[in-house]
Amino acid sequence: MKHLRSISELGADGLSRILKLTESMAEINTRAVPKVPALRGKTVVSLFFEDSTRTRLSFETAAKRLSAETMNFSVSTSSVNKGESLRDTIETITDMGVDAFVVRHKSVGVPWQISQWTNASIVNAGDGAHQHPTQALVDCFTVREALGRQDLSGLNLTIVGDIKHSRVARSNIQAFSLLGANITLVAPPTLLPLNIEHWPVKVSNDLDAVLASTDVLYMLRLQSERMAQGLVPSLHEYSTRYGLDEKRVVALQSSAVVMHPGPMNRGVEMLIDPSDIPNSLIHRQVTNGVSVRMAVLFDLLSAEELS
Amino acid sequence: MSSAPQSAVAVMSGPDVTRAISRIAHEIVERNHGVENVVLVGLQRGGTWIADALGERISSIEPNFAVPVGSLDPTMYRDDIGLRPVVAGSASHIPCDITGATVVLIDDVLYTGRTVRAALEGLNNFGRPRAVQLAVLVDRGHRELPIRPDYVGKNMPTQTTDEVDVSAEGVVVTSVAGASS
Amino acid sequence: MTIVVKGGSVVGVSGVEKVDVLVDNDIIVKVGKNLTGDIALDATGCHIFPGFVDLHAHLREPGREDTETIETASRAGAKGGYTALIAMPNTNPAHDSVTVIEFVREQGRKAGLLDVFPSGCITMGRQGEALAPLAELSAAGVRIFTDDGSGVQDPVLMGRAMQYAKSLGITMAQHCEVSALTQGAVMNECGCSSDMGVPGWPAIAEEMMVQRDIEMSRITGASVHFLHLSTARSVELVRAAKSEGLNVTAEVTPHHLSLTQELLTTFDPIYKVNPPLRSMTDIKALKSGLLDGTIDAVATDHAPHARRDKELSLDQAPPGMIGLETALGVVLSAVDLDPVQIAAVMSRNPARIAQITDNHGCNIEVGDTANLCVVDLDAMWQVNPAKLASKSKNTPFVGRQLRGMVRSTMYRGQITVQDGEAQK
Repeated sequence: MKHLRSISELGADGLSRILKLTESMAEINTRAVPKVPALRGKTVVSLFFEDSTRTRLSFETAAKRLSAETMNFSVSTSSVNKGESLRDTIETITDMGVDAFVVRHKSVGVPWQISQWTNASIVNAGDGAHQHPTQALVDCFTVREALGRQDLSGLNLTIVGDIKHSRVARSNIQAFSLLGANITLVAPPTLLPLNIEHWPVKVSNDLDAVLASTDVLYMLRLQSERMAQGLVPSLHEYSTRYGLDEKRVVALQSSAVVMHPGPMNRGVEMLIDPSDIPNSLIHRQVTNGVSVRMAVLFDLLSAEELS
Repeated sequence: MSSAPQSAVAVMSGPDVTRAISRIAHEIVERNHGVENVVLVGLQRGGTWIADALGERISSIEPNFAVPVGSLDPTMYRDDIGLRPVVAGSASHIPCDITGATVVLIDDVLYTGRTVRAALEGLNNFGRPRAVQLAVLVDRGHRELPIRPDYVGKNMPTQTTDEVDVSAEGVVVTSVAGASS
Repeated sequence: MTIVVKGGSVVGVSGVEKVDVLVDNDIIVKVGKNLTGDIALDATGCHIFPGFVDLHAHLREPGREDTETIETASRAGAKGGYTALIAMPNTNPAHDSVTVIEFVREQGRKAGLLDVFPSGCITMGRQGEALAPLAELSAAGVRIFTDDGSGVQDPVLMGRAMQYAKSLGITMAQHCEVSALTQGAVMNECGCSSDMGVPGWPAIAEEMMVQRDIEMSRITGASVHFLHLSTARSVELVRAAKSEGLNVTAEVTPHHLSLTQELLTTFDPIYKVNPPLRSMTDIKALKSGLLDGTIDAVATDHAPHARRDKELSLDQAPPGMIGLETALGVVLSAVDLDPVQIAAVMSRNPARIAQITDNHGCNIEVGDTANLCVVDLDAMWQVNPAKLASKSKNTPFVGRQLRGMVRSTMYRGQITVQDGEAQK
């Protein structure tokens, strides 16, 4: 596998392989010195056009634990010369000798575009509202770990929130359906994409109606800008109908788990403190982030033949 | 698989393998004057079943001590990552502290010695053993590093083009006809 | 000095005839068998068409000469068989004053490869707020008015423009796009755009304005031309309007006849265009529309862009592709047109819509201005970016097999292209 850009590109085999590798990486992370020399001599460059300290650090830690060299370019859009194309940026950096780029950009498709201009492996850390494959891998791993099983057939996953603008949702829908889960999307109609009859999901506008049958409740963040854009009449109406509060937590089965990709918008989609949610996997999602990213980097950079 | 004609020879039968494991088990006990401070670590993936078999055999020889058996994936320590596609095994599992213990690394085939070197480096991450010994079912020669086994099931000179298959059912060497070493 | 176009088949209004054409200076002086002249332009195995007329080309001069100039666009047009282009007004400065109009026209004359007819803006600076001096521009010879690049959003303003249009005998050409519905859009609103998580350009954003302007044409009697139709429903609306005898015409681009929205899943901005590539259903409707006359003309919407601009991210890259040199090849690879139909949609109809029938879209008869092109309809060829005359190379047709090649072009009796090579 040359790149990790989307779950659909990764496929079922790739998904299984990475999740299995993550187990090895998770074991390494329990050691007193969680470091192996596997990617010694390789260079991993973080190219974050969109700010995200948490994800970027997670990747950097992963690279360092595999003994790779890391370089970090935080390119905020205002500082990038308007005339400088993606190509210029990539070609400049590639000249320094890069084995993998970890890229986050607000524009969809950037990981595919830049593949034309470099031989390095590309890891998509989020491209617009399109894909965030490592988040989905983290989420799949976390669910299997929590439930103690690999086969997720028949598992009822409910994803709640701004599906329309969510790369986490798109990646998770692909990943969890490859693992056999039943997926329900819950959102107001304005936050659901159009033309999704071909998606392997059920759709509902009523959160309370699906809670009792939900095994995994996945809450998405709602950005406050959505109200300014007129997509929801008010944040209050949104939280009342789609927010996770104590009442809704109680309505869940006792075996159900709750997840959120972070960061949380308290008072909007989260109306209860996560530490007050029994069966919250939010903390495990964060912890597993490094192991998953180690697995991804190892898989990409160990599979290569020297050119 | 090469397209040249091949011949497969069974150099050890299933019973041969069982006897070899039994002998190695006795040698381990004898050499270490008992198994009080011994930990068996099978190398993934070929050595783990042998480590399990050795553990069982040893516990029938020394019923008072349950020898800990772990497994180690040396993939992360290999020196050829990036030179060729590398497939990782499962998560390593060392069930106890190995500092001060005698670790017996166990693998099915000893060849260039590079896997064992990687395993030695990996072991370091888990602690500082008092000593490390090496048990292999088959030594096929062609060492590239100064590694030598302490316990050997069978010495078997091979060509570099040969393939050696080891299982509880026996050991089969497949040669490519007309190849020279 | 006379030129005889020899051995080809002349495409007349109702049929094709194997005859030679004799040109003296800039006029056709004889049409018949076995003619001779001082110079022979070989047309063996080819069809002789009236020179093509493009209703819709972006020449980028003034303002973006780094991407194209009137000269390089003219050369590209000539290689594509064109003898006339309507230049779009979204230059910098825009075509909202006589000075700019005359500059563009003059640059076209200097290049001397085809006739450049500047269109005029409908509103000042194409801002959609105040009308451009329509009467003044029309007195300067402008016949087609458009804010292309954008549509005129304000119905009150558009209504007034149409009132002017009626009285001045000019045509309002509309880029139909309700911009409030297409903010940030990168491609057609469809299953793919939802998969990709990008804002989509809904079909209704075009259809609403098509409908509006049809109704306004009905009320004012103004002549309205719809630029680059792209959806099935737009075609239906125009068909119904024409059946009612309304004064509307329409064009379609070669790329909208041949490329689908799924190409955007490659994330390559080379496919980003405005209006966007649509579905197979839309393509089928556009083809039917072209064949049954609902759509009068093929127009290229030739839109040069610098390579670095098309190397920006999908949402940042400007929309548009070049098309002058590939128009015929792409259209014939997509739609089965006979020579008479080709002449109609590529030359005679656009000449009529542009009101330039004095010299263009001729019947190829004695006395007509010698604006012709010689085409091998069966030749298969591939696009080589290095050989394109256009300064910019943003075409998605590189490597595709196209059918139908322009061998020679004659502009006012002068050979501008011979054996596929530009002569100046």
